[in-house]
Amino acid sequence: MKRLTLLALAAIVLLAAAAFAQTITVGFTMSKTGAYTVDSMEQYRGFEMWRDQVNAAGGIKAGGKSYQIKFASYDDESNSKRVQQLYTRLILEDKADFLFSPYSSPLTTNASIVTEQNAKVMLTTGAADEKTYKLGNNLLFQMFAPGGEYLKGALDALKAKDAKATVAFVYEDAAFSVAVVKPAMAYAQQIGLSVVFSEAYAPATTDFSAILDKVISSGATVLMGGGHYPDGSTLARQLGARKANLKMVTLLVAPDSPQWTELGDAGLGVTVPSQWEPQVVSKPQFGPTVAQFVKDYEAKYKTEASYESAGGYAAGLILQHAIEQAGSIDSGKVAAVLNSMDVTTFYGRTKFSPNAADHGLQVGHTMVIAQWQKDKSGKMVKQVVWPVAGKSADLKYPIH
Amino acid sequence: MSGILASMIDGLLVGSVYGLAAMGLSLIWGVMDVINLTHGSMIALGMFGLYELFIHIHTNAYFLLIPVIAGGFVLGIVVYWISVHWVVGRSQLMSLLSTFAVNMMVIGIGTAIWSTSPYNVNFSLEGISVGKYTFTGNHIAAATSAVVIALALELFLYRTRPGKAIRAIADNREAAELMGISSVAVLTIAFGIGIALAISSGALVSTLFPFTILSGATYQMKSFVVTVLAGLGKPFGALVAGVLLGLLEGAVTPFIAVSWIPLIEFGLFVVVLIAFPKGIFVRASA
Repeated sequence: MKRLTLLALAAIVLLAAAAFAQTITVGFTMSKTGAYTVDSMEQYRGFEMWRDQVNAAGGIKAGGKSYQIKFASYDDESNSKRVQQLYTRLILEDKADFLFSPYSSPLTTNASIVTEQNAKVMLTTGAADEKTYKLGNNLLFQMFAPGGEYLKGALDALKAKDAKATVAFVYEDAAFSVAVVKPAMAYAQQIGLSVVFSEAYAPATTDFSAILDKVISSGATVLMGGGHYPDGSTLARQLGARKANLKMVTLLVAPDSPQWTELGDAGLGVTVPSQWEPQVVSKPQFGPTVAQFVKDYEAKYKTEASYESAGGYAAGLILQHAIEQAGSIDSGKVAAVLNSMDVTTFYGRTKFSPNAADHGLQVGHTMVIAQWQKDKSGKMVKQVVWPVAGKSADLKYPIH
Repeated sequence: MSGILASMIDGLLVGSVYGLAAMGLSLIWGVMDVINLTHGSMIALGMFGLYELFIHIHTNAYFLLIPVIAGGFVLGIVVYWISVHWVVGRSQLMSLLSTFAVNMMVIGIGTAIWSTSPYNVNFSLEGISVGKYTFTGNHIAAATSAVVIALALELFLYRTRPGKAIRAIADNREAAELMGISSVAVLTIAFGIGIALAISSGALVSTLFPFTILSGATYQMKSFVVTVLAGLGKPFGALVAGVLLGLLEGAVTPFIAVSWIPLIEFGLFVVVLIAFPKGIFVRASA
């Protein structure tokens, strides 16, 4: 009888403790299946590591209370329709206080419709399309530098090496890649590089033979474009199989994944515009240093962090900082802090546009160009090759 | 070598695989008047079949075709007995529904096992370069395999007893039964061969491009176009029509965006349906 009473008392105490423990629910979807799997899971690891570290340190401290972070998440199957249903569920049923975006521009645009309708703050990461922020919003905050920035560095680097290069743009006919390539084509012409071919391919294209034959026929010496992991990796593979022997190949997103090494020689020399690389030095005002982030990530996941993971972790870090500065979990107060924020973390500088015309657009973050090269032991490693000021190795040009 | 010629050769190589895919559809349709809507999912199973074998047995992926085709034949017999035997001879709607049901089941089970993420068979053969264009070794091997399999089928249909029996049943089932040919046995074998052809084309495609469980749909669509071009029940004609379709794709793509190709193919499909309802290879006297 005595044991039973003790057990009952313990249960009551625990229940009471649970009732008083404060949680912040952060909702998001991830693409466990479908075309965005590789990139989305890397982003998720960033979120996960942030949550685990913050909870282990006692949670987010705001307004005299400590909040543990709880995730509510679902598999969006890389499908826009699922995103709308699931974000509605996250907000209405799971009572998410704040949202993170799914991975990729199209899914994020769909999610933003729902979060704006419900007046919830959403930090977007893994989404570079600028259009989303120009449709009129109040509570969206973009972690990634926008699409127009992606290829500027690659084109500048190319111009510095070989002003006579001829460029072909081959890219996925989808929101993100179009948002990157259209401004890039204009910029290329502006700085005096010759654009000899450009064509968009339908999403989910797997056979690039016809387009690559056209690239070879056009006499292009440089190819830029791609989309996400499946098409980017296939383009690189097929370029290798066709011995296209281009002098420079810059592909979006795909080469940043540590999985890129599975391509072997076909992946060597490929450059990628990157939101973050471990070699880029920055002095953080709060949160981990670059070295600490890299060390923790590799210890936890036994693989290197890509910029998707860094973006995921940074989204959490920025949200946490905003809540702490606001001293509250009220969406309005947190949004006010985010609107005036201009900070530097391991991820680099983060500043959101507060203007109504493009609210939430990332205006502080800059990108680098990374290239896969062989180190002294013959292993494939990613080096930062542009801008020259922060580089860890020289751009290898031509790559063949 | 000019860009157009290179593009046409590439088209020809891929076209042989389209043709092989269509052969299975054409055979089944011609022999038992069943429009096999499991065709796409069987192509996808062929892709995964080769993939699974390849990751466990690290040898030349093209040698692994043989067990994959054999497995496909057995699978075809199983599918025949689950869904087709009971609807042969009844209205075509029944066979459409029945094979469509099997298609959805296969895709559902396939998605549960492999999800909808893309897969690759990481095997490549050295290609042949002419000028600045290279024809990949995999494309050449796939096209060669397709032609070899098609020739083997022709030999089977025209030089062996079971093959003759299949052609007899296709011509006139009642007369063949009166001659003592067991139509059930023949239909089972014919369906098995049709599925084996679909599976083999999927296996070849897996060595060329990345794939998911849903990738069979594109090839199923191309198979319908090719089958209509060639005429029903003429498997070798389907191979030739596939190659022609590939050549057409190759000839057209240097001039227009690749995304317009489906429009052109299906436009051709409609034109042929109207102008040559029995296919372009069937003589008027037949």
